[in-house]
Amino acid sequence: MEFMIPDFRPAMPELFMAAMIVLILLVTTFIKDKRRSVVFWLCQFTLLASIYLLFQVDQEYRAVDTHVLLGLTFSGMYVIDSFGSLLKGFVCLAVAVTLQYGRVYMAERKLDSPEYYLMVLCCALGMMILISASHFVTMYLGLELMSLSLYGLVAINRDNIGSTEAGMKYFVLGALASGLLLYGMSMLYGATGSMQIHQIARTLYEHGAQDVVVIFGLVFVLVGVAFKLGVVPFHMWVPDVYQGAPTAVTVLISSAPKLAAFAMAFRVLVNGLFDLVEQWQQMLMLLAAASIILGNLAAIAQSNIKRMLAYSGISHMGFVLLGLLSGYIRERGLEVDAINAYSSALFYSIAYLMMTLASFGMVILLSRNGFEAENIEDFKGLNQRSPWFAGMMMIVMFSMAGIPFFIGFFAKLSVLQAVVMAGYFKLAVLAVVMSVIGAFYYLRVVKVMYFDESSDPMPLKATLGFKAVLSINILAIAFFGLRSNDLMQICALALRF
Amino acid sequence: MLSLSHVLTLSAILFAVSVVGIFLNRKNLIILLMAIELMLLSVNMNFVAFSHFLGDRSGQLFVFFILTVAAAESAIGLAILVALFRNLRSIHVDDLDHLKG
Repeated sequence: MEFMIPDFRPAMPELFMAAMIVLILLVTTFIKDKRRSVVFWLCQFTLLASIYLLFQVDQEYRAVDTHVLLGLTFSGMYVIDSFGSLLKGFVCLAVAVTLQYGRVYMAERKLDSPEYYLMVLCCALGMMILISASHFVTMYLGLELMSLSLYGLVAINRDNIGSTEAGMKYFVLGALASGLLLYGMSMLYGATGSMQIHQIARTLYEHGAQDVVVIFGLVFVLVGVAFKLGVVPFHMWVPDVYQGAPTAVTVLISSAPKLAAFAMAFRVLVNGLFDLVEQWQQMLMLLAAASIILGNLAAIAQSNIKRMLAYSGISHMGFVLLGLLSGYIRERGLEVDAINAYSSALFYSIAYLMMTLASFGMVILLSRNGFEAENIEDFKGLNQRSPWFAGMMMIVMFSMAGIPFFIGFFAKLSVLQAVVMAGYFKLAVLAVVMSVIGAFYYLRVVKVMYFDESSDPMPLKATLGFKAVLSINILAIAFFGLRSNDLMQICALALRF
Repeated sequence: MLSLSHVLTLSAILFAVSVVGIFLNRKNLIILLMAIELMLLSVNMNFVAFSHFLGDRSGQLFVFFILTVAAAESAIGLAILVALFRNLRSIHVDDLDHLKG
């Protein structure tokens, strides 16, 4: 076998980010403690420049071949397609927003050490690698780079018992999940003789997929993916980690990694193991139904808003899985409907990304040094303190509940359409009933904001930048609700494989 | 002669031991970290066995990556454990009960 120098162009955004991480690491050793904002702005520059590079690379590949935007490089370990570019763009944007939300929060608690920024960037790099991975090695390395940074970030408030405990729980369960994932990968490798996703798909197509080892591998890989998405029954870590981690880190965990995990699920299940679709469709159905039921019911009982949002996130991930599993219709096989189903799942995860960023952004807005706005009660009388942000929070809650004309409604609608098209009416009815039940706890927050007396007369204190980014984020939820077709089109175009 | 199924059975047993170790162990967090290491090593054995019997080298290559990541992982795990011990003064699994809702 001859060694060939791989084509580095498609991986430019990742290479740039890796180089910048090293550079920032160097810079941090030379700056004084007071000049933390240098690190912050360097990180923002890195993330935004990566988005620009992504756009450039995407354009370049689109110009070469307008029909199939799919290139492999690094011996088939790395794939470039518009699905990946879109997700990576949103991941970088979400991480940039996260850093902006967390800036003052971390500084007030003396947690804004350069390590924080570097770990966030490493996490972003891991997610980008994971999204573009088309080989088990790159997938595993991307996943671990993301997870290891997140373990560190959760435990970053190391004098706080909740933060370290959450870090430990996340670490143990996360390591268990990656062990299970690896075991599944080894089984798939043994059965197909390859670790490249497209190669595995070809082998399964040619030799049939009824081997028990393949099924075995599928189950373990699915468990690993389900853990990273945080769906029932692998959700035990979600509420504890969301509650224990500093809120600025919770924003990160709840947003971009879900997108990366969705990409991983899509690449493994749809691109790699599509010949096993009848098996994994059944499993995903169970996971999705269980998450939607448990997520919505458990969220009602919460008084801590971070835990409530954690359970609501579990149910939202159930919806994403619903979209993912509706791409296959037994009698007709893969058709146009499949693209609709996958793009609805993609649309849902992007919509969820915007909503979760906004909701935890609101929690940060209400917190200040020495006071964490963790309980739903802390939102009491927000309308008297700041009518603008009470209205903003109302938009977020309405959107999450799926009330019309916000993005959450159209996301739910498109997923349910896909489920009905695939012929799973009972599943669709279950999802609708559970989201009606779920509307209760979202509307409770709205009720508390508008109809209860405030116990906390302090005015909201936040920098102009924070308020601007939060408002833009929430207005985007309303805007893309009205222009949902445009975003849907982008998602559908990204999936034309 | 050692066949593929022998090695796979051994690694499956090791894997099962580590999973049981994670779920049944209610005493010590360090034993938990050991179980995680054992799990990754059993996976490595799987990869090496498949790689040998398939005559394909990429499996053995993956083992090096897994070993490296496992080292980083246990370093982070132990670091979190030390931070936790300073706050909690205990490494009992049952004492991890401050986060509830």
